[in-house]
Amino acid sequence: MPESSITENRFEKEIVSRAIDQFGCDRENLLPVLGFIRDEHRYLSIEIMREVASRFNMSSAEVYGVASFYHFLPTEPRGKNLISVCKTIVCDMHGRADVVAVIQDMLKINFDQTTADSNFSLQAVNCIGCCDEAPAMLINDKPYTKLDATRTREILKRYYP
Amino acid sequence: MAEKIQAILDHQQIEVAPGTSILEAAALVNVKIPTLCHHDDLQVAGNCRVCLVEIEGRDVLEAACATPLSQGMVIHTLSPKVRRARRDIVSLLVSEHKTQCTTCFRSMNCELQSLSAEYNVDNVTYQSLLDESEPVDNSSWSIEKDTSKCIRCQRCIRSCSDIQHVNALDVFGRGSNMKISTFMNLPMNEIVCTNCGQCVVHCPTGALTERRYNNEVWDALGDPEKFVAINTAPSVRAGLGEMFGLAPGTPVTGKMVAALRKMGFDAVLDTDFAADLTIMEEGSELLQRLTMKFRDGKDIPIPMLTSCSPGWVKFIEHMYADLLGHLSTAKSPQQMFGAVLKTYYAQKKGLNPQDIVCVAGMPCAAKKYEANRPEMKASGFQDVDMGLTTRELGYMIKQAGIDFNSLPDEDFDPVMGESSGAGAIFGTTGGVMEAALRTVYEIITDREIPFSNLDIQPVRGMQEIKEASLLLENCKPEYSFLEGLELKIAVVHGLTNARDIMNQVAAGESPYHFIEIMACPGGCIGGGGAPIPTTKEIREQRALALYKEDAGKPVRKSHENPEIKQIYDEFLKEPLSDISHRLLHTHYQKRRRY
Repeated sequence: MPESSITENRFEKEIVSRAIDQFGCDRENLLPVLGFIRDEHRYLSIEIMREVASRFNMSSAEVYGVASFYHFLPTEPRGKNLISVCKTIVCDMHGRADVVAVIQDMLKINFDQTTADSNFSLQAVNCIGCCDEAPAMLINDKPYTKLDATRTREILKRYYP
Repeated sequence: MAEKIQAILDHQQIEVAPGTSILEAAALVNVKIPTLCHHDDLQVAGNCRVCLVEIEGRDVLEAACATPLSQGMVIHTLSPKVRRARRDIVSLLVSEHKTQCTTCFRSMNCELQSLSAEYNVDNVTYQSLLDESEPVDNSSWSIEKDTSKCIRCQRCIRSCSDIQHVNALDVFGRGSNMKISTFMNLPMNEIVCTNCGQCVVHCPTGALTERRYNNEVWDALGDPEKFVAINTAPSVRAGLGEMFGLAPGTPVTGKMVAALRKMGFDAVLDTDFAADLTIMEEGSELLQRLTMKFRDGKDIPIPMLTSCSPGWVKFIEHMYADLLGHLSTAKSPQQMFGAVLKTYYAQKKGLNPQDIVCVAGMPCAAKKYEANRPEMKASGFQDVDMGLTTRELGYMIKQAGIDFNSLPDEDFDPVMGESSGAGAIFGTTGGVMEAALRTVYEIITDREIPFSNLDIQPVRGMQEIKEASLLLENCKPEYSFLEGLELKIAVVHGLTNARDIMNQVAAGESPYHFIEIMACPGGCIGGGGAPIPTTKEIREQRALALYKEDAGKPVRKSHENPEIKQIYDEFLKEPLSDISHRLLHTHYQKRRRY
């Protein structure tokens, strides 16, 4: 086994251990543990999910099954800033298409893609609870509402490297 | 006793025990409610909605499988509302299904196809939403996965979790994007999967099938340079008749042999011979372990675990890799057969082993993988070239245009075609144990095993875990160290049950000396390559067919099979000899647990 992968595994064991120290490893603790790891590591890698499975004594497919249900538990590497555009009907009626057009024009990526410099990833998510101020998006955990083309352009620029 | 539930189902008064579902109650009065996600082997899921019924006083239709009867319920299973709803549900499932039935291996044996015909669905009401973006996964030697035919009933997931506790398959994503797949959508050969094929026997459509080798077998049969020898496992003869409309449990040994001969196999041989060989080797290994422990006081892994079931072997390699020392090193009958076919048989018949094609007819998906394990080349060639399931064999016989049911009974060819009754019962849970005890007890005591007619009843039947003990008395002088020992044995089938037994072994608390484990429920007769459907009742019937075959055999004990005596005299010398070790024993490897 190459040394790099041993080091990597050590890192994964460590992060999973910290999550489990805080939340426990009974089945009902799986979501908080995955959330903790996401906050620390930004996404759930294959090796992390295997480590979680081993600590929870469940199959890795079950761990992935749970993670894949949630947009906010990514299992692929993401860019530094994750843009989550609400895809539900109220945002759609209030000009979501314009917002998406601006983002795609500025970043040259589609949904579920990451910019070449790994600064941005884009995803469409279910309702984020901002229907009264639609259209809305999140960048990382920060909500931005009442978006239009100009506002979206300004907001995105703040996140440029 | 709780009060009985009174209800009315399709104008019939019915009375059932509390907790009975509408589906179960309907079956009691011969009312057939269609199902897709329901299977008697599995927990109720209630997700396909095909079994909807109307209950008076309720606005919505309810799933019959998941609704218990309550007092005074009035149920209609065939009202216009029910029929319309069912038709819509089946149509919607079909609209997402790859309806290339003419090219599907499960055509004519597909539950969705039957229901579509029954409800006369069209492809007009709902436009096709078929998603073919996912390629067919044929990375595994054993199992093929075609997501475009999946109706997401989740029977596979429940088979893998309820019966096998492996959980290789799960639900991923959600809503309209939800699909059944593997960890990170990895190919089937890269995941923690035992290849047992329970997902395949429980799949209502062609989404999960065995990887098929019948075309390769036809090619070999048509090649004049090749000597194609087939051997068929005990459970094939107990199940193959079902492929031709015969009742489950109809033994078709003689017809099967006749059919295979007609298809052009150069030799039609019997895996049961190799089962007898397995008993000789595995039984001797048990004696060797008992000797090392009780005479020499050595620290040798006891209990010994059987190793004939390749699904179980891969399971222990993944799940209990630290306990591989408990697993008998004896190969499975299929692999022993291949190894001696291309050595002993080749010599005896003056054949070049290079020209021999070894085909194995098995009720098993995992055997296909086992045949392709890289270490299985003891003869200097790949010991077993191709594995076929009982289902594939049935299809091949049909392709050959053979009228199976009218065939006369024929006998296996000599040399590796003769077997004892002990070899025949290998296919059912408890059979390997019974066969082993018949031989081992006699070696230790020089007497027949003390059960009426050699039938070891405590290890028969479908209980999940069977236990027995056998007092060893008046042992032969060379086994005097076993005098008074209560030999404790256990028999389990289904990997969920195996896990319980193995946790005991892992904790060092196992009271047993010898444990038989088979991956599939009921043993090989409920295997992943057995005819579909396979249910509890069908498994029981197939097992009875094997016990019938055993009872009717002139030789009932492996060590008394004349061909077994002959192969040891002429070739192998004795069990556990150097040549036996080289050809008939193997080693295992640790595999990833998660």
